[in-house]
Amino acid sequence: MIKKFTNKELKLKSVQYRIDILKYIKMANAGHTGGSLSCTDILNVLYNEVLNVSPDNFYDPGRDRYIQSKGHSVEALYVVLADIGFFPKSDLETLCKYNSVYIGHPTRKVNGIEFNTGALGHGLPISAGIALGAKQDDAFYKVFTLLGDGELAEGSNWEAAMMAAHYKLDNLVAILDHNALQITGPNREVCSPYPIDEKFRAFGWNVLETNGNDVVQLKETLSSIDFETGKPTLIIANTTKGAGVSFMENEKKWHHGVPTDEQYELAMEELETKLAELV
Amino acid sequence: MNEKLNMGRANLQEFSSTLQKLAENHKNIFVVTSDSRGSGKLVAFAEKLPEQMVEVGIAEQNLVGVSAGLASTGKKVFTVSPASFLTTRSLEQVKNDVAYSDQSVVLVGISGGVSYGSLGSTHHSLHDVAVFRAIHNIDVVVPADNFETRETIIAASKSNKPVFVKFGKKPMPDLPRVESSFRIGKASTICKGNDIAFIACGETVAPAYEAAGLLEEKGISAEVISMHTVKPLDEEAILISAKKCMAIITVEEHSTNGGLGEACASLLIQNRICKPFKIVGFPDEDTVSGSQIEIFKHYGITAEGLFETAKNLLNEE
Repeated sequence: MIKKFTNKELKLKSVQYRIDILKYIKMANAGHTGGSLSCTDILNVLYNEVLNVSPDNFYDPGRDRYIQSKGHSVEALYVVLADIGFFPKSDLETLCKYNSVYIGHPTRKVNGIEFNTGALGHGLPISAGIALGAKQDDAFYKVFTLLGDGELAEGSNWEAAMMAAHYKLDNLVAILDHNALQITGPNREVCSPYPIDEKFRAFGWNVLETNGNDVVQLKETLSSIDFETGKPTLIIANTTKGAGVSFMENEKKWHHGVPTDEQYELAMEELETKLAELV
Repeated sequence: MNEKLNMGRANLQEFSSTLQKLAENHKNIFVVTSDSRGSGKLVAFAEKLPEQMVEVGIAEQNLVGVSAGLASTGKKVFTVSPASFLTTRSLEQVKNDVAYSDQSVVLVGISGGVSYGSLGSTHHSLHDVAVFRAIHNIDVVVPADNFETRETIIAASKSNKPVFVKFGKKPMPDLPRVESSFRIGKASTICKGNDIAFIACGETVAPAYEAAGLLEEKGISAEVISMHTVKPLDEEAILISAKKCMAIITVEEHSTNGGLGEACASLLIQNRICKPFKIVGFPDEDTVSGSQIEIFKHYGITAEGLFETAKNLLNEE
C-alpha cells in the first residue's frame, strides 16, 4: 500500500509542490509561505514514502495518523494531499476565498485532514492521545506530528512530552521543522528552545537528527525509526525557512509574505529551472 | 409541596457510580484525569477498571488534548477535572481539539461553582457556562439532583457531540418532577405554578423549590423549572412559563454575566416578553469568602433569600 518512488521522483515532487504552494498562495493573496516551503520535503517523504494513509484507507481505523501541529503551513499540506488524490488540485484555487473549506489552517472539512489545528502547542497532546488509543487497541499504526520550532515555547508540548514518555508511546513520532526562524526573528533570540535534543532526551525520548530539506536523508531517517524502544521519537529536521526559493530563504518577512507579481515570476523561474534540471 | 424531600447523595457520587457501572459494561469508556481521581470519586473506578483510566498528571492542557486524540480513535472519553481548571487552563483545547474538531468528549467539571468554598476564587468556577455558551458545538449541562446527574451521564455516554457537565459535591435532595423522562436539551418542570417562575440550574434548583413552598404558604403559586441544559436552551419551556407567570427569576451558581439568566433574558426580550425579571447569581465582584452554604446565603441563593426576591419582584409588577 505504501507508495515507493525513486529519489529523483521525490526530488521532482518537492519542486512541483513548491511551485504549487506559491501558485495558490499567490492566487489567494494569503498564506504562510516560508513555513510551507520549509516543511515541503518532510510532507513529501511522509505522504509518499512513510505514512500508510491514502484516500482509499482514510476511514480505516488501522491507518497511520498525521497531525500537523504547525497548522499555519497548511498550503504545503494541501498540495501534498491533492497530489495523492484526496481532492482535485484545482480546488485549491479557492484557497482562503469566501466560503471555501480550504482555509488558512487545517480543517477536517478538507478530505484527508484528521484534526483542526492552527493554535500552536496542540498537535503533540492530540497525537499522544491517539498513540495511547492505538496502544489500548493493540493496534500497530503510527502517529506522526509536525511541530514548529517556535511553538516549542508552548508549555503544552512539554506536558505531552512528559506524558508520552511515561506511557512509553513508541508509536509516536514528532518531527520538528527546525528552520530556526519564527515570526519575530531567530528562535535563539526570541526565547531560546535550545538545546532541543538534550531536553527531549531528558524527557525520555529518542532523538534523531536529519536534513529536513533533503528527501534522501529524510527517507533514511524516517525508515530508521525503531518503534519498539518504549520511547517516543523526536526527529529534529534541520530546514531552511523559505527553502527552494533563494530570495525567500532565511528571511523572516516570508513567514506569511505573499510575493508581488515580479517576485512571483522570479520564484517561478528559479523553481522551473530546478524542475528542468531534474527531469 | 411542603413535604420533606428525601436527601440523596452528592451529584459527584452519583456521577462516579453511574460512570463506573457504564464502564464495566462498555470497555470503550475511558476516564482521563489530571491527578483528580480522588476529587472525582474515581478511586474505586481506577482500582476496578485500571485499563480504562488514563492519568496525565497535573497538566490540564495535555489532559484535554490527549482526551480529544483518544476520542478520535473511537473511545468514549470522560475527562474529569475540577471545573475551574478544566474550563480555564485548558479552554483553548476545549475550543479547538474537542468542540471545533468535533470529538465527542464528555468534559466533567467536578467541584463546580463555589463548591470549594473557602478555598477561594482560584478554585471557583463561575465563568464556565458563559464561556461555553459562546463556543460552538458543545452542550452545557448542569444537573440539579442525583436523577438528573445519572441521566446526564448516561445520555452523554451515548452522545455524538461534545458535552460539558458540571456539578458540586454536597448531598442534594431528590427533587420531584412533573414528567419522569430526561433528555439533554429538554427542561424538567419540578412543580407547576402560575404567579412566578423560577428558572434555575444545578444546585440552586433545590432552594428555588423550597422557596416555592414558602411562597405557596403566602398564597403565591410558583413554578420551578430545572433548566439543566443551558445550551441548547429549551426555549419553548421558558416561553411557556414566562407567558403564563407575572414575573420570572433565574437562579444559578454562576456569574450573573453570561449565564443562564442572560440566556433567558435574551430569549424573552427577543420574543417581546417584558415582565418583572431578576437574575440571581454571583455579581461581578470579588466573591465573598466562606463555605458554599455561607456564600449561597450571602448572595440570596437560599429558600428564604429567593422567597424575598420573589415577593419584592411581584410587588414591582
